[in-house]
Amino acid sequence: MSSVQLWTLIFVGLSFALYIYIAYASRVSTTAGFYVAGGGIPAPANGAAIAADWMSAASFISMAGIIAFSGNGYAGSVYLMGWTGGYVLLAMLLAPYLRKFGKYTVPDFVGDRYSETARLIAVVCAIVVSFVYVAGQMSGVGVVFQRFLGVDTTVGVVIGMVIVFLYAVLGGMKGITWTQVAQYSVLIVAYLIPAIAISQKLTGIPVPQIGFGQIMDELNALQTDLGLSEYTGAFTQMNMLNMFLITAALMFGTAGLPHVIVRFYTAKSVRAARYSALWALFFIALLYLTAPAIGAFSKYNVLNSIPGTTIGDEPEWFRSWQDVGLITVNDLNGNGLIDVAGGMGEGFELMINNDIVVLATPEIAGLPAPIIGLVAAGGLAAALSTASGLLLVISSSVANDVYYKRINPQATEARQLMVGRIAMAAAIVVAGYLGINPPGFVAQVVALAFGLGAASFFPILVLGIFWKKCTAAGAAAGMVAGLGTTLAYQIWTIDIYGNSDGILGINEVSFGAIGMVINFIVTIVVSQFTPKPTPAMQQLVEDIRYPGRSELVAAHAAGALDEEILHGEHDPKDDA
Amino acid sequence: MDAAARQSYWKRNLRLMASLLVVWALVSYGAGILFVEQLNTLSIMGVPLGFWFAQQGAILTFLILIAIYVWRMDKLDQEFGITEYEDEVHGS
Repeated sequence: MSSVQLWTLIFVGLSFALYIYIAYASRVSTTAGFYVAGGGIPAPANGAAIAADWMSAASFISMAGIIAFSGNGYAGSVYLMGWTGGYVLLAMLLAPYLRKFGKYTVPDFVGDRYSETARLIAVVCAIVVSFVYVAGQMSGVGVVFQRFLGVDTTVGVVIGMVIVFLYAVLGGMKGITWTQVAQYSVLIVAYLIPAIAISQKLTGIPVPQIGFGQIMDELNALQTDLGLSEYTGAFTQMNMLNMFLITAALMFGTAGLPHVIVRFYTAKSVRAARYSALWALFFIALLYLTAPAIGAFSKYNVLNSIPGTTIGDEPEWFRSWQDVGLITVNDLNGNGLIDVAGGMGEGFELMINNDIVVLATPEIAGLPAPIIGLVAAGGLAAALSTASGLLLVISSSVANDVYYKRINPQATEARQLMVGRIAMAAAIVVAGYLGINPPGFVAQVVALAFGLGAASFFPILVLGIFWKKCTAAGAAAGMVAGLGTTLAYQIWTIDIYGNSDGILGINEVSFGAIGMVINFIVTIVVSQFTPKPTPAMQQLVEDIRYPGRSELVAAHAAGALDEEILHGEHDPKDDA
Repeated sequence: MDAAARQSYWKRNLRLMASLLVVWALVSYGAGILFVEQLNTLSIMGVPLGFWFAQQGAILTFLILIAIYVWRMDKLDQEFGITEYEDEVHGS
């Protein structure tokens, strides 16, 4: 066993032991504890948990690579702006009001505010989006185990499943939240240390966000010399329309993803929900402001050392990633050298997988073995924390929105809790299976999930709060229209189905922004012609706009309000 | 809060939100995308300004926007005598 493997084992083992200890210490016995941690998490801790929940294996492992290598600098900005800008929307448009509403899940809000039909559509959306996501996390766990510990991917995923099982099934939202606080700490330390070290080494400035300005001129010059477009040049890869639409789809999608929204239910109060959003973006920004610097440094290093190298003469780190197939060299022109003139990636001589940029940074910078081990533990923390948040959404959707609300409303607390745990365990098995046998299109579908979140949930949540007269039929029609058009466009344009040009060159992720507009329009138009919400419902919507205690909201949250008062006369169609 | 107080609270909340969201759109869609080429002729700490907004400036501004929102809403709550936060309930 090499010293890198030994240190990886030590850090991974220690972090796993910590997660399990926290889960044991915060185990729960009530449904409120299981779904929303009893609504008693202080804002900074909730913010760190949101950050860990939100920043997936993709943010930690892939994003720097996506920006610098496949996005060639500027085009990758859509992810940076899109995945942080959504928090401004969450903080101002959703978090305080949904917290005041005081329920457990996103379908819960949709069902209570609108109708049972809308609840079922929301359940399906929430489960589909979450499964798509969780599969990506589990395969991320597999990649880390395989590369750093030389374990088979399947074994790696199974280890990940067991760990998540222990703390998520035992501790529910409470266990998950406190574990995520620990996971955030591990992942941010693991991300920042190599970034600071590499910045110090290349520029003499230990602040990567400032350091990357020092190499930018040289990086631009290097790229121009090699026949690539400038790193900072605008619209060299993606036109302005798609930059606009993708940024919008990711922003509104962030504000529409159920596993993020549900975190604001765990806050202590409306005020704490606002502060949670602030803390969350602060913790996320620490990583998101560093990622573009790591990407630029890595690209600078690679372009400085690799092009023109004789094949067989590459640096050590380069070859260890070649061994696991994440760097491939293909001497197309047969001159025995690695050429990057014209480009990198599929169909060129050098292909560097986006996933290695962060994981390889410490090796490229020549940092000692313990730091490499720490980065491996950080990658696992990012993947596991997101996986557990998603699994909770799946479990609570099944146990609360389907089982308790639709199948057995008389179920006791203990019974609901058991159903929640069984649903969680089943979801872990399915997620693990998807992680070991990822369907070929997972990578694409993860980005698409944002489009779906933007097109389905965001409009009806915002209208449900800000427009008292938004009707149930309007919301159901809007969700179906937004989701339907977006899915149809995405399936039509994804490479595997042929027509990848689409209309006006709008790419498949971008369309989520258009689907959202369609949802807004349909919901508003249909609402004009359908029965208005009952006076009690309009009063309830009015009441959630103001913090502080109100009798109506309290009675509703406690389930003391009559169904007919809220939704009018019983409509048999709602049972469909 | 009586009806008149509620109306004025809500109006001020909406006005605050609207002005913060205008800035939100200006730094991301404006400085980061629409005017990126014009801004790139200037530079900040060695990085072209438009590119800097797209990769650093927009995120920093988002953080400041939420901080202002949280701070102003706290003041608004205080002004309207809302103190009972911890009484809020949870259930399903």
